[in-house]
Amino acid sequence: MTAIWDIAVLGAGPAGMAAATEAAQRGAKVVLLEESPAPGGQVYRAPPPGFVMPADADRRAGDGLRAALAASGAAQRLGVRIWGVGGGPLVPAGEAPAPFRLDGLDAEGRPFDLTARALLLCTGTQERIIPFPGWTLPGVMGLAAATILFKAQGMLPGRRVVVAGAGPLLYAVAAKLLKHGAAVAAVVDLASHGEWLRALPALSARPDLLARGAAWRAQLLLKGVPVHAGARITAAEGDAVLEAVRVQKLQGGPERRIEADSLCIGHGLVPAIEASRAFRARHRYEPGLGGWVPALDAEFRSTVPGLLVAGDGAGLRGAAAAPASGRIAALAALRDLGLMSSATHAVASAPHRRDFAQAARAGGAMAAMMALRPALVAAIPPETLVCRCEGVTRAAIDAALDEGALSMNQLKQFSRCGMGPCQGRLCGEAAAELLARRVGGREAAGFATGRLPLRPVPMDALLGEFDYADIPVPAAAPI
Amino acid sequence: MKYDVAVIGAGVMGCSTALHLARAGMKVVLLDRGPICREASGVNAGTLTMQMTRAALIPYALRAYDMWLRMAEWCDGGHVLATACPGLSVAFTEQEAAMLEERARIRAAAGAPIKIVSTARAREIEPGLSPQALLAGHCPMDGFASAYLTGRAFRPALLNAGVDLREDCAVQGVDAGFTLDTAAGRMDARRLVLAGGVWLGEMAGWLGVPLPIKTLINQLVVTERMEPVMRTVLGVASGLLSLKQYANGTVLIGGGWQGIGDNTRGGIAVKPESFLGNVRLAAHAVPALREARVVRAWLGLEAETADALPAIGPIPGVADAWIIGSVHSGYTSGPYMGRILAQAILGEAPELPLFPIDRLLAKEKAA
Repeated sequence: MTAIWDIAVLGAGPAGMAAATEAAQRGAKVVLLEESPAPGGQVYRAPPPGFVMPADADRRAGDGLRAALAASGAAQRLGVRIWGVGGGPLVPAGEAPAPFRLDGLDAEGRPFDLTARALLLCTGTQERIIPFPGWTLPGVMGLAAATILFKAQGMLPGRRVVVAGAGPLLYAVAAKLLKHGAAVAAVVDLASHGEWLRALPALSARPDLLARGAAWRAQLLLKGVPVHAGARITAAEGDAVLEAVRVQKLQGGPERRIEADSLCIGHGLVPAIEASRAFRARHRYEPGLGGWVPALDAEFRSTVPGLLVAGDGAGLRGAAAAPASGRIAALAALRDLGLMSSATHAVASAPHRRDFAQAARAGGAMAAMMALRPALVAAIPPETLVCRCEGVTRAAIDAALDEGALSMNQLKQFSRCGMGPCQGRLCGEAAAELLARRVGGREAAGFATGRLPLRPVPMDALLGEFDYADIPVPAAAPI
Repeated sequence: MKYDVAVIGAGVMGCSTALHLARAGMKVVLLDRGPICREASGVNAGTLTMQMTRAALIPYALRAYDMWLRMAEWCDGGHVLATACPGLSVAFTEQEAAMLEERARIRAAAGAPIKIVSTARAREIEPGLSPQALLAGHCPMDGFASAYLTGRAFRPALLNAGVDLREDCAVQGVDAGFTLDTAAGRMDARRLVLAGGVWLGEMAGWLGVPLPIKTLINQLVVTERMEPVMRTVLGVASGLLSLKQYANGTVLIGGGWQGIGDNTRGGIAVKPESFLGNVRLAAHAVPALREARVVRAWLGLEAETADALPAIGPIPGVADAWIIGSVHSGYTSGPYMGRILAQAILGEAPELPLFPIDRLLAKEKAA
């Protein structure tokens, strides 16, 4: 592909689908890139070809977005793994910004690259799991991971499941488990009843969400599932696989042991900012939006010209707000590229900005429920692994901090925390919080410099077939 | 209070100089605008090889090699997991073979125990080596370190020696009386050591000394942990590959391929063609790397003078001001360079000669 796209959209969740649709409908040359085999993202994930699953509300909303996308003429590159981002401001000093460049492996694992004048990141979130004893046992998985199992494979995570953590996903997963015949041994919610009640006013604008939430709760009640509010998992236990979990109220007190073969646990969602970090865009720390988010203007432009960020990756506001943010960003990109007049832009953008404001209010209340809880980090025992890739315990992190690590980059060097295949996606939140307690906050702790590849990439696919003579070896250093 | 010496730049050069000066009784302040050893000293390939070292630096590198391997003994237990192993530098074409033989001869004359061996012998030493190699230079004295541990290794020893370590404390300028304008206020010193890596040129400018320093943007790539695929430090005749597998199974691929960056922004981006070229060269040398997954690529900034030889010595025309840096493969020789500069500052004769910068300034005036 040698042609330059007007806009490349990375990630085909609700924000990315809507953005690509909007831009393509208005005549732009748009390519939408997605890691999964079909567009949809996590909430609106499509089942794989050949799977017949009953359509629920999420599926129907997703199908609507997918149909509009298919009709829009936007090019879709699905099942691709984008590992490299470049161009834009990432050019030698004194050179004008270049077109954005994406490097990836296609669905067959072959390398490709493409260039675009504007890049819209709709890369969503990753799950936050604050470590606790036993969290790496087989049988323990993320709440969001459990929803992927349901939606992508029609599989249940276990037969007798404890669902734990924070936010609406907790009840969504528990209800789904019940519906498909698993036993839910308990729901362990970090939030108290009072916290949920305080979130209600913000949700009143979304009666559909309220009704659905109420239905989930009713099912739990009906099946007699115990709900432990204001409580946490203190340990997962088992010889080789999960056998039981321990539950305790946040304020302390006796521990309760609950037998289970699966624990689905999530402590909220964190915007996935690998790509915007790689571009050295400015970020700010917003706990209510999930943590570090790119600094954006009202139309989702980052501090890097031509680079925009929409959807939950711009800050948690939920799937309902995501399409509006995608459309606002796409329209901003069209105007900035000179493909749309200011007058047309103003008219086109206004309704989406209203939609976004309304949906973001409810989404923001849910995001607040999922914000990081420092008490969980404080409770990590010394011998518990924080970085599972590199086997770094809480005690090892504390030792590195005692020896003077002052930033996330330095903590990574002193301890190897975050150096493994996940590149800090799993351990970063807990490690940063441990550091933040020493240096006076997450802003002071910073985040590790964004590095490529965005995902581990197989050498074999990159290398291809080559002749030694064709390797452009630079001139030898002097002897 | 007046410090006996202010060392600006807390990389391996600055740390070693400061440590040796403090242990000799001087009151030392060591300043860095960032954390200790967070630039080149903390992100380089950790290669302790003679076969990429410039011939003129071999005597220094041999002594530094010993210092790295025994670091815990002289650094209050601090160490960088330095590991001794054989080193191979290989040739894949006739032209490279000629270069390899010539360079091995020159480095051997400078004191490095390098011998040319056949491919068969080289593959006994390194079973992971591709049979396509034509011949190899073999140096039994080789090895590698985990450069990311350098700051952690130096820090306790510096503090034990009484060094006033000021991290995240940028120096904005220095006046003729050696009053430093820093982020933490003014500081006074009797002597000054500039140890600022690629920023040495700007620092020399504070003293009115025009010292051109070129910035190299060196690329590094690391794989996921994998089964043992190699057991040497492996390079190529041109010096544009360095490969080693650490005890944890990760393989580090370097060699000085260039990325995008500068002194202001740091190393900001990998060049796709450099990335591909570097990993292809690596997989050509060790075919088993095809099975690896690349986890991370990054960039480090290396300083280079006009003649690519170090800038270590007094600063001409400015009494009691010293400079240290721009050492090719500087990490390898770093701790020793700091030691001999400290000797000179203390008024002793350095064990080996310094690299005064008069030669570089003269060229600047002529130009």
